[in-house]
Amino acid sequence: MPHETTHTSRTAGLPALLKTALVNALIALVLFSLMVGVRTEAGSSGQLTYWTRFGEVAALVAAVFSGSIVIELLRQWIGSTGAEKLVPSAVQHGMSFVGRYLAPALLFFTLLVPVIFYDQRYILDLGILVLTYVMLGWGLNVVVGLAGLLDLGYVAFYAVGAYSYALLATNFGWSFWICLPLAGILAAFWGVLLGFPVLRLRGDYLAIVTLAFGEIIRLVIINWQSLTGGPNGVSGIPRPTFFGIPLDNSDDGLAAKLGIEYSPTHRIVFLFYLILALALLTNWVTIRLRRLPIGRAWEALREDEVACRALGINTTTTKLTAFATGAMFGGFAGAFFATRQGFISPESFTFQESALVLAIVVLGGMGSQLGVALAALAMIGGFELFRGLETYRMLVFGMAMVLIMIWRPRGLIGHRAPTVYLTKAQAISSDLVKEGHG
Amino acid sequence: MDYFAQQLINGLVLGSIYGLIAIGYTMVYGIVGMINFAHGDVFMIGGFIALITFLILVSLGLTAIPVILLLVLLVSMAITALYGWTIERIAYRPLRHSFRLAPMLSAIGMSFVLTNYSQVAQGARVKPIPPFITGGYTLHESQDGFVIQLSNIQIMVVVTTIVLLAIFTWLVSRTRLGRDMRACEQDQTMAALLGVNVDRTISMTFVIGAALAAVAGLMYLLYYGLVDFFMGFVAGIKAFTAAVLGGIGSLPGAMLGGLAIGLIETFWSAYFSVEYKDVAAFSILIVVLIFMPTGLLGRPEVEKV
Repeated sequence: MPHETTHTSRTAGLPALLKTALVNALIALVLFSLMVGVRTEAGSSGQLTYWTRFGEVAALVAAVFSGSIVIELLRQWIGSTGAEKLVPSAVQHGMSFVGRYLAPALLFFTLLVPVIFYDQRYILDLGILVLTYVMLGWGLNVVVGLAGLLDLGYVAFYAVGAYSYALLATNFGWSFWICLPLAGILAAFWGVLLGFPVLRLRGDYLAIVTLAFGEIIRLVIINWQSLTGGPNGVSGIPRPTFFGIPLDNSDDGLAAKLGIEYSPTHRIVFLFYLILALALLTNWVTIRLRRLPIGRAWEALREDEVACRALGINTTTTKLTAFATGAMFGGFAGAFFATRQGFISPESFTFQESALVLAIVVLGGMGSQLGVALAALAMIGGFELFRGLETYRMLVFGMAMVLIMIWRPRGLIGHRAPTVYLTKAQAISSDLVKEGHG
Repeated sequence: MDYFAQQLINGLVLGSIYGLIAIGYTMVYGIVGMINFAHGDVFMIGGFIALITFLILVSLGLTAIPVILLLVLLVSMAITALYGWTIERIAYRPLRHSFRLAPMLSAIGMSFVLTNYSQVAQGARVKPIPPFITGGYTLHESQDGFVIQLSNIQIMVVVTTIVLLAIFTWLVSRTRLGRDMRACEQDQTMAALLGVNVDRTISMTFVIGAALAAVAGLMYLLYYGLVDFFMGFVAGIKAFTAAVLGGIGSLPGAMLGGLAIGLIETFWSAYFSVEYKDVAAFSILIVVLIFMPTGLLGRPEVEKV
């Protein structure tokens, strides 16, 4: 195939290797010459000044030169041994054994996290963040992974849920447990509202409409200042209560009622189990729905819309239910987000968030529940590793997205269990799963 | 009426810039079938390179504005085109035969890389330049003193767009490269069998798209007098919207969609509210797509039964 001609040949000699590296270095020199080599800055009077940074350019070009030699050598070495042989068969066998028990083990570990890391608030907070994305990923998985509808504006429903809870709780003083279902219902309603115009659209037209929808919701939130507080957001959102009992150090707080000493960690632990429960609810509902006619209709829609219609499946309700279900879970996650933060603003609901959640779903392997959870852990947890490098964080994140896609375009978990089977459940390779144009 | 005419001029100028970016989206979509999410950032890079080249040329003591403009245009087009070529090589070519969502996600990743690369390299603050091309013509003055202005920059933007479009149309319909591009658009495998170098054709598509985006970046810099690292995202979505509105894959459609989005945005800001101009543009996109699911000039998709 033509795409294999990127590099001269698999067993290129040293001269060819150097030539490739030299060409790459030259390209890098041109690319970085102005953007990195000349730094501009606006002075106090608005006058632009610039200074040169040839050292940085030289370092980058040298890095590209040596990097392309290393990559080419690695490619030759792996090419001759074969990627499969790098991992001995015993290990591969063990991996598949581990794979079977990974999900229960992971769940067990997650349940124990607040016990093990009780004193480490940072790890608990990170756990809550990861679980929020696991839930969002599972919610979007219904729309993208199961129904094959490409949704680039998922964060809109997250925003609707968050603002629903924030406004209902601050204006009417309703408790979290009343607002949570309401936030889900409102988000599902918006999901249906978005579903209607896109019923006739296919593929990439669907992608741009969902993207536009996400932007519309964000822009309305920013500009409808009287309702949403505009860019300042909503603050003073009430904290969740343990079914009416506040988690604080007052006399009617949970700690006082149980007769134990109050600690702020109680609230964090409670939030941890709350989002874990919400995420597991999402997972459970998804797995149950997949076995029902509606879930199988989603998967049929993803594989072939025309065949779906020929079989008498009502594509209108199928699409609308997929959007509504996904949106509802997004709404739940949003309500949780609002109560955890105590403050929300439009900045939390940008396209970047939608792309992040979509990346989690695709990286996990479309339709694989375990894959989505692992991808959320890898992406959000991995993202935290770079907290020290503030400005380079998104740069590294974007590069990781590109590299992972090239390495595993089908996601981390390439196999998954079938929804229905005749006698024996055989793993389906994700290569067989259509991406859907529904 | 005068106010309307003035807004019409402003809208056409903005629409020309969007149209130039939209062509890059539509070309790549037509041939490779992917949404190049990083294209908006390529436009932003083009704007930055133009700004830096301006600064260097001015500090070298050049004063002849036409010479400066021409040099800036050439440098910006050349380097931005190389960016387009490199992006295709690194992020899209290895995924060309992969499933549909993979190149899209790697494009989104590339967009993050480019945005943050510019922020790291050039800082987060807005970079203004002093007005370079001044002056203009007064077309009409009404009794109550309202003047319809046509500035030199506006003339330049529209004229450049028309000239580029003419060159581009000639390229696609008359040259060997254009024929190869149209062949790849129809059927890549068949084109390869008939001796078309598919790899090179796709690379050239990215190069041309990036070069046009660089021109749009330069026009934006001259017209608004500033660049910043985040401008690629907003302009990118607008241009993408324009491409879809016109019917993605259709070149005249991209230009028409660009003009439509520019006009909608300008008129909405002029007569209703500035805050909701983007909401208006996106809402009209949704409304148009409800009634014409493949855009204004798009061909209906054939369903295999």
